[in-house]
Amino acid sequence: MITEVSLFRTFLVVLQCDLVIGFRQRGDMLNPVVFFLMVVTMMPLGITPQANTLAGLAPGLLWVVALLACLLSLNSLFRADFEDGSLEQLILRPQSLYFVVIAKVIAHWLTIGLPLTLVAPLLGILLSLPAEGVVPLWLSLLLGTMTLSLIGGIGAALTVSLSKGGLLLSLIIMPLYVPVLIFGASSVRFAVEGLPYLGTLAVLGTFCALALILAPLATVGALKMSVQE
Amino acid sequence: MSIVPLLELQQLQCVRDERVLFTGIDYMINSGDIVQIEGPNGSGKTTLLRTLIQLFPHDEGQMLWQGHPVSHVRYDFLSDLLFIGHLPGVKKTLTSRENLNFLANLQGYYTAEQVDEALVQVGLYGYEEVIGYQLSAGQSRRIALARLYLTQARLWILDEPYTALDAQGIGKLEMLFIQHVEQGGAVIFTSHQPSNLSNVKRLSLLDYRPQASHYEMQEEGVDDY
Repeated sequence: MITEVSLFRTFLVVLQCDLVIGFRQRGDMLNPVVFFLMVVTMMPLGITPQANTLAGLAPGLLWVVALLACLLSLNSLFRADFEDGSLEQLILRPQSLYFVVIAKVIAHWLTIGLPLTLVAPLLGILLSLPAEGVVPLWLSLLLGTMTLSLIGGIGAALTVSLSKGGLLLSLIIMPLYVPVLIFGASSVRFAVEGLPYLGTLAVLGTFCALALILAPLATVGALKMSVQE
Repeated sequence: MSIVPLLELQQLQCVRDERVLFTGIDYMINSGDIVQIEGPNGSGKTTLLRTLIQLFPHDEGQMLWQGHPVSHVRYDFLSDLLFIGHLPGVKKTLTSRENLNFLANLQGYYTAEQVDEALVQVGLYGYEEVIGYQLSAGQSRRIALARLYLTQARLWILDEPYTALDAQGIGKLEMLFIQHVEQGGAVIFTSHQPSNLSNVKRLSLLDYRPQASHYEMQEEGVDDY
């Protein structure tokens, strides 16, 4: 008789595999963080070193750059699996692909979004972000990057079978990233200006929860379509 | 009960890029069968295999798994299926052992000893810790084929399994096929090489080319004349 593999076990197997791969390819993992670091370091040189001006720009700048860094890394989310044939094997499991997609997206977030979130407060100091803004920046990026990875998975799955899908991926995903950017950057700005910011954080949390439930469904459909080619 | 074939194709037809690749395939695959799908390049061998594993839609006819339409018993069908495509599914950044461990554990529960034993069986003893980048094409394929030692699936569908294998590897694989069908399994594979197996059933896609192309060929013949 065929043994059934539990969904949770598949989730762990896929997550572990992707984390090992992510760790072996540390260069790819550090790429978005280095991009983030470089752009933010250039800002005071390019705009002005004046603390007041920078402090006003800091919430928006940090968020925009973090979002672009996340976008840069999306193309590789399912690419290797598609090219080496393991995506087919994942789809040919009798169970649903839903938890496999969540595992892959979480692995992506742990290797890309989380490092970005962790270095963001440090970069905030470079842009003279006031101390009140640090915790909201941290929290908003923590929720926000997770949402970005989840939504980005849809675009990555849709364009995985195209050899030059990078530009298309950005075009598909950008509009969906806009609400996350607006609420993420405003929570930091509200905190800096002394306004209550928990409301906007709560909206970000809602985005994250909704994306966690709905985005993998779309990703599963898109992956199946891409493999049918 | 034993009369019900494992997999039955009824009037199967596939269209790709508005071209009918094959039409009217009626075929029964019983347990104990080894089926070699033959046909020239571009005749639709891979498409037929991908249709069988439900990765490509067929537009006419139907497929029955143990007497039931595959779309109704998808879970049972996929549980009993092992597919190896011409991409072996081997990751370049993982070692042989990690690769096989990952692929095998998607389908069932296997211990580290079982995984190592399967690697020994396909002649990768001593290569367990070698990373995918450094493996040759044949060695990558052997990792994929090692899954055959670790599966309980009855239906094996293999796309060009002999590619990149040496003579000894092919011999070993054919032995494994015979062992598998003796235990009640079935093997469907594509290959250009004539097989050394004695009891292979052949399915030539040339027999199922659409009628239209025959007419076209005749018309072309008339023009030449």
